[in-house]
Amino acid sequence: MNLDFSPEDNAFRLEVRTFIAENYPRALREKQERDETLGKEDYLSWHRILAQKGWAVPSWPVELGGTGWTPTQKYIWSEEQARADTIGVMPFGVSMLAPVLYTFGTEEQKQRFLPGIRDGLVWWCQGYSEPGSGSDLASLKTRAERVTGDDGKEYYIVNGQKTWTTLGQHADWGFFLVRTDPDAKPQSGISFLLIDMKTPGISVRRITTLEGGHEVNDVFLDNVKVPVENRVFHENQGWTCAKALLAHERSGIAGVARSKRGLERLRQMASTELSDAGGALIQDAFFRRKVAELEIDLTALEFTELRTLAGESSGKGPGPESSILKIKGTEIQQRLQELALEAAGHYGAPFLGDAGHNSGIGPNHALGLAGDYFNGRKTSIYGGSNEIQRNIISKMVLGL
Amino acid sequence: MDFSFTEEQSMLRDTIASYLADNYGFDQRRAALGREPHWRPDVWSAFADELGILGAAFPEALGGLGGGYTENMVVMEELGKALVVEPYLGTVVIGGGFLKHGAPAGAEELIGQIIAGKAIFAFAYAEPQGRYNIRDLKTTARKDGAGYVLNGHKAVVVGAPYATHLVVTARTGGGQRDAGGISVFIVPKSAKGVTTRDYPTVDGFRASEVYFENVVLGAEARIGGEGEALPLVEKVIDEAIAATCAEACGVLRRLQEGTVEYTKQRKQFGVPISSFQVLQHRMVDMFIQLEQSISMTYMATIRLSDSDAERAKAVSAAKVQIGKACKFVGQNAVQLHGGMGVTDEMAIGHYFKRATMIEGLFGSTDHHLARYEALSLGATA
Repeated sequence: MNLDFSPEDNAFRLEVRTFIAENYPRALREKQERDETLGKEDYLSWHRILAQKGWAVPSWPVELGGTGWTPTQKYIWSEEQARADTIGVMPFGVSMLAPVLYTFGTEEQKQRFLPGIRDGLVWWCQGYSEPGSGSDLASLKTRAERVTGDDGKEYYIVNGQKTWTTLGQHADWGFFLVRTDPDAKPQSGISFLLIDMKTPGISVRRITTLEGGHEVNDVFLDNVKVPVENRVFHENQGWTCAKALLAHERSGIAGVARSKRGLERLRQMASTELSDAGGALIQDAFFRRKVAELEIDLTALEFTELRTLAGESSGKGPGPESSILKIKGTEIQQRLQELALEAAGHYGAPFLGDAGHNSGIGPNHALGLAGDYFNGRKTSIYGGSNEIQRNIISKMVLGL
Repeated sequence: MDFSFTEEQSMLRDTIASYLADNYGFDQRRAALGREPHWRPDVWSAFADELGILGAAFPEALGGLGGGYTENMVVMEELGKALVVEPYLGTVVIGGGFLKHGAPAGAEELIGQIIAGKAIFAFAYAEPQGRYNIRDLKTTARKDGAGYVLNGHKAVVVGAPYATHLVVTARTGGGQRDAGGISVFIVPKSAKGVTTRDYPTVDGFRASEVYFENVVLGAEARIGGEGEALPLVEKVIDEAIAATCAEACGVLRRLQEGTVEYTKQRKQFGVPISSFQVLQHRMVDMFIQLEQSISMTYMATIRLSDSDAERAKAVSAAKVQIGKACKFVGQNAVQLHGGMGVTDEMAIGHYFKRATMIEGLFGSTDHHLARYEALSLGATA
């Protein structure tokens, strides 16, 4: 047991740090600093730069474009991204759909879809939840009926409504869970379909969240015609894909490096904000105790993640233990947001949007903190709520 | 970075686990603790001779197996799983730690005696007035010619009833709470002027109030510089805390697993109570606390070799996590066992008692949170 970085690891860190410093888009950096809303091209610009370097999809199998990094290198990679406050690569294609494709897809499907995901050319979205199917995802009702088209080919005709589709307004394609056998048990009648979002009959409707943002959407499907070859894995066995995807979704969700960076910012902020007594807020006995406890909790999560990474590299995929990372990771992210808003005091209140930067109303570091806090409540709900994660650990790990 | 164990370390774990499974069952333990001498010298001899584990953490040159912190961690976790009261912590981790780092004259011989199971150490550092402040010392070692004369009262010295030697902190100078002026001595328990009042502790261990009345010590009894021993004491206590965290992981694992087992068997309303979601989620939270505690124990054990400040920060962080986990997992294990949880006849309550004592060992959760805070966020103005 040791925490040593080898000379190769240190050289890798330097290479990564230099690459980010030299290649991160200036326009994107400035928008982030002004706390402005990012658009589709903003998100994709960094992805494409990474793709050129060959670093857009580190966790994929090497033959498909993965980097083959060791767990230590992956750890360094996430640390350096957080350190430089880069935006992440959007997860929908890269870390959610792709593992399903390279695990369950046909050779033709892999060749058709993976390069576009890897190179940041195609934006994917997720069609899982429905108005009546949240935590009980397997009860989903969106119906796909198989028909023979006028061209003699096989199609599914899809009807229903999906919801909470994150950034679906930008999506070129979506992966959808649909019911292909209404008579089977809930989990046994589901199929996994890839749908071109330009197909007639699809409409996307904005859902505005608490902080005023446009992040999630309803997706309506009205007689949407999907070629049968767009189905991944067997008909009625889509639940297998769905579960595998959720495990991958959870393991990236801990966000340890980002939270470490967030804690650094919180400490910075609390050393300029003043306490009631007039000293720095970080000197306030009650506030600093909360910061210290959070820091300790985050250290524990960091080492739990490192143990998980070490386990994965010894051949285990992300198992049900990844639910711990989801629960603790999101609790810590939310606690950070809570303390940051608390630290801002009065200037947590102004609602200034994109015009807030250097407006003279309060310090820049207070901008958007309330929004982050409100928006951040989603983290213990999405990706399988933290209560569902407890059900998973209870069943899969403790055998209850 | 590497979180795996060597083949030797895994063998060490298996050796202890299988010995304890055969020889240290709950009923055997309870019977032994209830009769003189309230511990099991035969088990200690087996540790030395049959298993050879007392040398696992000592250098080969001194007759050990060449291990260190990780070996102590592995041993302590297994001892925790069986609620072993025999004094590995006091003897190997603390006594051995002082002998290795302080390297006084005669250290090699004493280490040899530890490995052979002949020398047993207890750590007399706390005092009735000092709470968790290890600098708060009224015990004095007055210079007398080349040697010293020791006077004072040490509180709740765990393992002292079984010990042959005591490691004692005392003032050779400075005021009662000063950092300077602290020295460390090895005192044979049989020395003239040493008296003890022995008693059981609530978790089945044994401890003593130890009184020194004009105990005459030679200069060779001192470990480390005169009046400059605080950094050494802090280092060894941090090592002891990391080892205690490992013991706690063993205790917590038994509490968590025992509770899962019990709720699967216990039926109410016609079904196993493990089918109730409110209990399932409680047990998941216990499991998360256990996993986080294991992570922190690894972290602290690895960081024992870092600089003083990094080591102290890591160890206090771990002790905070372990302290919280001991309370949460311990209390909920009892709660989920219902009335059975508060009976003396089931093992679960005994694990709860040990977990509760570990919470306060070498400083409470609040004590270590304050220590961590000062190291990470700077002293308050």
